[in-house]
Amino acid sequence: MASQEENLRRALESDAPLTAAVHQRDVARQAAEARNWDEASMVGRTVTINRPREELYAFWRDFRNLPLFMENIVSVEVLDDRRSRWTVAAPADRTVQWTSAITDDEDGRLIAWEAEPGGDIKNVGRITFRDAPPGRGTEVTAEIVYDPPGGDLGKLIAKLFAKEPKMQARHDLRRFKQLMETGEISTSQAPDAAPRA
Amino acid sequence: MRALTWHGKHDVRMETVPDPKIVNPRDAIIKITSTAICGSDLHLYDSYIPTLHKGDILGHEFMGEVVETGPGSTLRKGQRVVVPFVIACGKCFHCEKTQFAACDNSNPAEKADMSEVMYGYPMTGAFGYSHLTGGYAGGQAEYVRVPYSDVGPIVIPDGLEDDKVLFLSDILPTGWMAAENCDIEPGDTVAVWGCGPVGLFAIQSAFLQGAHRVIAIDHHPNRLALAQSMGAQILNYHDVKVREALFEMTGGIGPDAVIDAVGLESHGFTIDNVLDAVKATVKLGTDRPHVLREVILACRKGGRVSVPGVYGGMGDKIPIGALMEKGLQVKTGQTHVQRYTKKLLEMIGEGEIDTTFLISHRLPLENAPEGYKMFKEQQNEVTKVVLKPDWDKEVVQ
Repeated sequence: MASQEENLRRALESDAPLTAAVHQRDVARQAAEARNWDEASMVGRTVTINRPREELYAFWRDFRNLPLFMENIVSVEVLDDRRSRWTVAAPADRTVQWTSAITDDEDGRLIAWEAEPGGDIKNVGRITFRDAPPGRGTEVTAEIVYDPPGGDLGKLIAKLFAKEPKMQARHDLRRFKQLMETGEISTSQAPDAAPRA
Repeated sequence: MRALTWHGKHDVRMETVPDPKIVNPRDAIIKITSTAICGSDLHLYDSYIPTLHKGDILGHEFMGEVVETGPGSTLRKGQRVVVPFVIACGKCFHCEKTQFAACDNSNPAEKADMSEVMYGYPMTGAFGYSHLTGGYAGGQAEYVRVPYSDVGPIVIPDGLEDDKVLFLSDILPTGWMAAENCDIEPGDTVAVWGCGPVGLFAIQSAFLQGAHRVIAIDHHPNRLALAQSMGAQILNYHDVKVREALFEMTGGIGPDAVIDAVGLESHGFTIDNVLDAVKATVKLGTDRPHVLREVILACRKGGRVSVPGVYGGMGDKIPIGALMEKGLQVKTGQTHVQRYTKKLLEMIGEGEIDTTFLISHRLPLENAPEGYKMFKEQQNEVTKVVLKPDWDKEVVQ
């Protein structure tokens, strides 16, 4: 059996690195080990958006835009050019918070971040923007690794994230695509958008 | 406002519900002047579609007058418009290729999961047709909210009354695309299974697209008579073995192109176990593709198979050998309505297409529940029911 290191190397060299990495769980494990986390979960998702790479990067890079399409985010307060304060809705009318710092930033290509110690959820992630085939926009990949916290708060957060973290990532990226392509987010919310009895 | 709402099997009601509002910049609000009951509405009525919620407003064939517009709408108040049943953003990869029924964006994120699990990719939004296709309120109502109103609705010139253009919303483009998917060549014989509205419009469209001959297959005498009046030869499958008859009528060659305008629905779309099956990750044996088997077996070698009929899950015993060995070409799909409305409106305006022959009954919207009952129980006589919101309720015997 191949070593974890070998598996990870093969995943990263794969043409579908996200699928390979998630499948092998080594990206999350390695992230957790490097940071002395108890455990780690990873979610990742790729979507093609019919807009130029630079435009998508610029929209995302202004973190104040993120609550426009991310369902659970209450607010993102930009502290300086690297750090931002995140407030996220949790069940039972609670919120969780952390401060996130940019660890890598390539104009038009990549934004990576990591939560500073002391926040409610340990998390590290990155979003990458790659050109799709000519005339077809941009392939956007989001990857987030997080440490599900313990205690009562942990249970709440588990409800928030671990219930269907993949589904949450899927919904948020789908709304990002809708907003960037159409200028609005599709809705059939009753009563205004879609009345029902 | 007043609206036709679904409450369960054979239980649809006229109720007072909140008025829709503009919520997105490209929205418009339409005051409905005419709306039809579609054959596929019957399968909601029969409770075969599980993702409908009690109180949902039905209806995906409708037209009316623009009464309110968002800042991104290109419509103007007072314009008369027909609205395609497919909701399409006009901006995504698929819409740019005019594959409007594959629009990436119109199904809201929280509604898209089920079809993504079923089909690998989320389906496009549609009006009044369950939460699988977005949970949008339908048009069997006094008003409807139309998203992306700069893309879908087509403005109708004064002088063309509702009944002449209403079917641009669904069944006329669907029949037209069914024929177009046959790639009709001079001398072709096209066989059409199912003489419901889509089948009849497919027959009409096939002739307009140059078919030498159309053969129509059904068992309702009145519907076969309508097909015959349009110039089709007819086969009643209660009287003949269809494949043998087609073989005989085509000199042993078989029809050049075949259209399945039936789908699984007329045989009962037993999708009620789909939800459970989806939860257990797709393993569906729900569809009854009787007609699909027939069309594949009947089609000539190297011929074309067009499938406007709706299928939803997995089909069993498809004659895959005949499909491959005969070298058939298959084209399917929900209709890219927005691709065809302009051309078809012109043809209606010039008198090349008349669709009013289909309408057998016109009723006040308040009588919609009776309309559903009639359409379900008297398929031979009731070919199409059109509902008028501004007509006073009448007593129907």
